[in-house]
Amino acid sequence: MSFFKKLKEKITKQADSVTEKFKQGLSKTRDSFAGRVNDLIARYRKVDEEFFEELEEILIAADVGVTTVMELIDELKMEVKRRNIQDPKEMQAVISEKLVDIYRGDDDNLATLNIQENGLTVILFVGVNGVGKTTTIGKLAHKLKSEGKTVMLAAGDTFRAGAIEQLEVWGERVGAEVIKQSAGSDPAAVMYDAIQAAKARHVDVLLCDTAGRLQNKVNLMKELEKVKRVIEREIPSAPHEVLLVLDATTGQNAMSQVKIFKEATNVTGIVLTKLDGTAKGGIVLAIRNELNIPVKLVGLGEKMDDLQEFDPEQYVYGLFADLLEEPQP
Amino acid sequence: MAFEGLADRLQSVMNKIRGKGKVTEADVKDMMREVRLALLEADVNFKVVKDFVKRVSERAVGQEVLKSLTPGQQVIKVVKEELTALMGGEQSKIAVATRPPTVIMMVGLQGAGKTTTTGKLANLLRKKYNRKPLLVAADIYRPAAIQQLETLGKQLNMPVFSLGDQVSPVEIAKQAIAKAKEEHHDYVLIDTAGRLHIDEALMDELKQIKEVTKPDEIFLVVDAMTGQDAVNVAQSFNEQLGLTGIILTKLDGDTRGGAALSIKAVTNTPIKFVGMGEKLDALEPFHPERMASRILGMGDVLTLIEKAQAAVDEEKAKELEQKMRTMSFTLDDFLEQLGQVRKMGPLDEILKMLPGANKMKGLNNIQIDEKQISHVEAIIRSMTKEEKMNPEIINASRKKRIAKGSGTSVQEVNRLLKQFDEMKKMMKMMTTMTKGKKKGFRFPFM
Repeated sequence: MSFFKKLKEKITKQADSVTEKFKQGLSKTRDSFAGRVNDLIARYRKVDEEFFEELEEILIAADVGVTTVMELIDELKMEVKRRNIQDPKEMQAVISEKLVDIYRGDDDNLATLNIQENGLTVILFVGVNGVGKTTTIGKLAHKLKSEGKTVMLAAGDTFRAGAIEQLEVWGERVGAEVIKQSAGSDPAAVMYDAIQAAKARHVDVLLCDTAGRLQNKVNLMKELEKVKRVIEREIPSAPHEVLLVLDATTGQNAMSQVKIFKEATNVTGIVLTKLDGTAKGGIVLAIRNELNIPVKLVGLGEKMDDLQEFDPEQYVYGLFADLLEEPQP
Repeated sequence: MAFEGLADRLQSVMNKIRGKGKVTEADVKDMMREVRLALLEADVNFKVVKDFVKRVSERAVGQEVLKSLTPGQQVIKVVKEELTALMGGEQSKIAVATRPPTVIMMVGLQGAGKTTTTGKLANLLRKKYNRKPLLVAADIYRPAAIQQLETLGKQLNMPVFSLGDQVSPVEIAKQAIAKAKEEHHDYVLIDTAGRLHIDEALMDELKQIKEVTKPDEIFLVVDAMTGQDAVNVAQSFNEQLGLTGIILTKLDGDTRGGAALSIKAVTNTPIKFVGMGEKLDALEPFHPERMASRILGMGDVLTLIEKAQAAVDEEKAKELEQKMRTMSFTLDDFLEQLGQVRKMGPLDEILKMLPGANKMKGLNNIQIDEKQISHVEAIIRSMTKEEKMNPEIINASRKKRIAKGSGTSVQEVNRLLKQFDEMKKMMKMMTTMTKGKKKGFRFPFM
């Protein structure tokens, strides 16, 4: 189990509180995903075709998606052949390793938020309806504030009833100014105002909310392009991040969301929310694998500090945590 | 559109088999593999897929196919029937309590669209059933959730009952019922906070609300984009609360909506309504048989007809038909026609309901810009009566005036005139065609 040892060593260097958050938040996912993998490993005496078939089912049940599952299974089969693995117990490390590999992607640096050392950082949030954009902004504002940054919020969801008020409540909670106009106004105009205000008040980070929209609504996607254009015009290097907020319970439609939102706004990262449910969010594996967009933040609960930077090692450790603590038979 | 991908995939499989004289066991196996993949990619739960494929294979390979004269068609029929069966028998209605008010509880995960759907449902109850609903804001947790419902109430001009976010939802629900009785509301819609099905404390709260209000309906609001987990969520809510119906939201997206199939199969709770857009009237009844037709690329003709009936004045339609026959169709009629079609809903939605529309690749991705239609309307409205009757008289200077009057360009005016001319030519062709051969419309596999 050298892989797990390495993983654990790497993780113990980090703050315990972060590890605990991942362990806590992923407990339900762990029960259903890792639990099933472990059960599978315990039941089989040999790594054979049937073993892989069941593994395939577990992955599909985690929303990983047919294409990526097939690829992953093929790669695992090759790995098994190469290392001449017979015992299913060895598969645990192989599977986790593969998962970390995919989650991490080719470039480690990509996964951290691009916050400017000096001057204003603008982060634009986009996504379909009901994924948790406004909540994520509230939580991220809290996180940035606790790191000593000044934060401003732009109420760009001028469409949904109560959206502006929702952001205002968050602004009060975390102590960040909210730039808004009345409901129904042009979101691009709100962004313009917000950037001027952020510049004038020398704010470190401006978090821009937008209305949820289904990606097949062409006119609404055009509106989003305009919002981004206005930001770019005011600050050529901005937005420094365009984060697509994705609900972990979403199935294969997430692929379409990522593709189309990327076309419209050049998404730089993904925020995976609601991971504290029983959904496994396996679709981000497919997204990483097929579209190469990194997960940057994960929502692991309802509390203000439950938004964490995504760390593939922590994530996989969170998934298999119990195994590492109990002595292996 | 919903289920598009599934329809495409099944369609390509079916096309291979359609027209074949005989279906071998190997054919069925091939087809079922594609069906399995298509259903999985459509987010249908893998267990449900397994059962479905097994059942269809049995029926398809069995005697039914061999006996039939055209086995390919038979297989399609089997798949369609099973698909319809999987999504439930028939359309469901909303309960009416013997002693009003009828109480409806809206429950679900965070972000499924409960509050918006509550507003839509209230609108539907008033518009279609002439009811007087009271909206109840029982989501005290999410910031501004109460304001959201209050704003919707204002938009609908409907009362919203709220006690702020410091009173327990159970108490809010209790007082709301009393209030409804007092003010003679016949429906009470309780908008509860989104919660995880595994959150014991919050699920207990729902049980208490149920205890206190004795609801006639408990609707689980589910995002149509939900993946494999939809089954766990629905099952858990059902076990703890006893659901009476499902409302599927965001079905106007491009999701394949496999969740619809699995939830029904696992909970055996009917899908009653579907959310089809952001506007408050975009809640439609769920029709399993129509949805199955849509999945198989047969188009949703029934919905289209229903929409047309609601929007089109019959007298006017007859008049129009007469005009088309006698070739006295003018730009004025064209304008009116446009207005009627627009009443049916967004044009791209209507187009997609046509049979075979999702097979035509171009049509598949078509996005009709409603603004362009407004331009067309503006152009026609800027013409004089005479011009509308005889577009031939529109010369260069008239075109300039029309363009100016409608805020468009001469090119756009030209384009419209050309289109109108071509339309008239097509009408002429169509009327002579129907006069010639009296061959009726044929369904793809009847």
